[in-house]
Amino acid sequence: MSTTGRDETGPIIETSGLTRTFTVRDGARRRRLTAVDGLTVTIEPGEAVGYIGANGAGKSTTIKMLTGILVPTRGTVTTCGLRPVKDRRRLARQVGVVFGQRSQLWWDLPVRESFRILAAIHDLPAATERERTGELVEHLEMADFLATPVRQLSLGQRMRAEIAAALLHAPRLVILDEPTIGLDVLSKQRLREFLVARRRTHGTTLLLTTHDMGDVERLCDRILVIDRGRLAYDGDLAGLGRTTGAQRVLVVDLAAPAPDLTGIPAARHLGSEAHGLRQRLAFDPDRTTAAQVFAAVAARVEVRDFTVAEPDIEDVVRRLYARQASGSPQNAGDDAATMTTMTKTQR
Amino acid sequence: MDDAGLAGAGPGQVRTLPPRAGELRRRSRGARLRPYRAVLASRARSQATYRANFALDLASSLLTAIAELAEIWVLFRSVTGIGGLDFRQILLVFGLADLTFSLADLMFGHCDRLPTYLRAGTLDVFYLRPQPLLAQLITSDIALRRLARASVGLAALVAGLVVNDVAWGAASMALLALALASGVATFAALFVTAAGLQFFVVDGRELTNSFVYGGRYAATQPASVWPHSLVIVFGYVFPMAFTGFLPSLRLLGLPSTGWLPSWLGWCGPLAAVWAWTAALLCWRWGMRHYRGGGG
Repeated sequence: MSTTGRDETGPIIETSGLTRTFTVRDGARRRRLTAVDGLTVTIEPGEAVGYIGANGAGKSTTIKMLTGILVPTRGTVTTCGLRPVKDRRRLARQVGVVFGQRSQLWWDLPVRESFRILAAIHDLPAATERERTGELVEHLEMADFLATPVRQLSLGQRMRAEIAAALLHAPRLVILDEPTIGLDVLSKQRLREFLVARRRTHGTTLLLTTHDMGDVERLCDRILVIDRGRLAYDGDLAGLGRTTGAQRVLVVDLAAPAPDLTGIPAARHLGSEAHGLRQRLAFDPDRTTAAQVFAAVAARVEVRDFTVAEPDIEDVVRRLYARQASGSPQNAGDDAATMTTMTKTQR
Repeated sequence: MDDAGLAGAGPGQVRTLPPRAGELRRRSRGARLRPYRAVLASRARSQATYRANFALDLASSLLTAIAELAEIWVLFRSVTGIGGLDFRQILLVFGLADLTFSLADLMFGHCDRLPTYLRAGTLDVFYLRPQPLLAQLITSDIALRRLARASVGLAALVAGLVVNDVAWGAASMALLALALASGVATFAALFVTAAGLQFFVVDGRELTNSFVYGGRYAATQPASVWPHSLVIVFGYVFPMAFTGFLPSLRLLGLPSTGWLPSWLGWCGPLAAVWAWTAALLCWRWGMRHYRGGGG
């Protein structure tokens, strides 16, 4: 087939009006349920896209259509330049999928054995198999449990093995469905670092669904928010914050206790801790900058340390939903007090 | 269709690995079978690893098979014959049917547990691999403990062939080989049919057991005593009579009975083709339903 050239230069995912409905039996009646509704999106090679939305918003259904498991009811979808349903087997060689909830390893076999079988499934030559396995074992730090049966692995270890299993055939597109679910903070951190490095060195396109906003903040430069099957937002994280009127929060640690820092231009005092030793100020990134707020604070008191917290995405998404539900854009910036999660810190 | 090399990184992307020249070679037959061999070999190894467990499985499988054979022996001890067959002759029917069923069960039995695969998401994982779905399902497991059961079937078959007055020759040897091969294929088709139908019914095993295990039981019985309704169901729709009873009639040189003439003993392969046609249609239909292709 002569499509190979086009495959590797065009968009990696392209959907147009992608729709999937299910018929559900509700007692004697049948109801039509639209899981994905007219999704039109294009993802270029090398992008890292966070696909977020509430439970049942249509994320899994989309992934199943992208990989050829489900047939779309309407609309078109191309993945890696291929039609997922018709070209499923060719597509499988270019896509790696990690389902947080379902394993593609053999539970009663040592991890190493699972890798060997997967190499056979993708028909990797022995040298390539050795090289890839070696690379993944090293970067995902799996040497200690290669001989352990999968069922005896900790969740963190299993997840690493799952990701290695999905990457063994060097896919151009990696889809991660809730990759960090249930992991402890350290394991999450390591996994994210690995994925960031992998993307840098291999140019792999990442598409991940998650409930963990840390994943999106650390890994993704583009966010798609899906709400009841419809695309509710497509853009970067900062833009999502702006769209919903979310505010950033400057947290300052002071040299000595001080009264509440009120009256800073374009900023609002959120609260103080430890008799005013630590204070939090919310500001709208469109009206001022972190530097201006900091300068105004530093002019009044001596600052020992500070961090800037980005809006908590879960909250931002909630606002986005609320905004869509009410049908009109409104600045809901007043309850910035809920955005207290310390996530992306800048110094 | 050449799908080699598509898995590589695109242009403009940093490659830390050399191009895989080996993957560009034409995929030979050996390469096509490599995935299946790898999975099956690992399944077999894993079962042999837990020795005590495996021994227990073998023993229980053996006991079940012996109990079933004993049941027939008890039945035939109280009567001289059923449907024109005595115990020695029914031994041949039982041997053929039970050996072929056990071998099919060994290789295809897990297809009958499709809902387990659906619940665990294993089927979705199959969709993400570059092999046909059904081939992956079939080769995803192998139940070596069924060897115990197959050995009872084999013993019954050998005994049946020895104690009966079989006119040995090229024809009867060919008939036996044909009956064995098509018997395994016919029973295998039952398991695949069951898998296809289980896409539709969540607790489909209740339904499919009726023809899988009902069929197995029917296959070990003399079809000559079946009422016409049963002849239609297990003679033709699910061609169970073709696995044990009909080839045995032929081997023993016994006369035809009613709706099942003895020349049908040679038609095992036809029955297998018919069963597989139905099985593949059910499977396709089930898969369409699962992917939602039909609406």
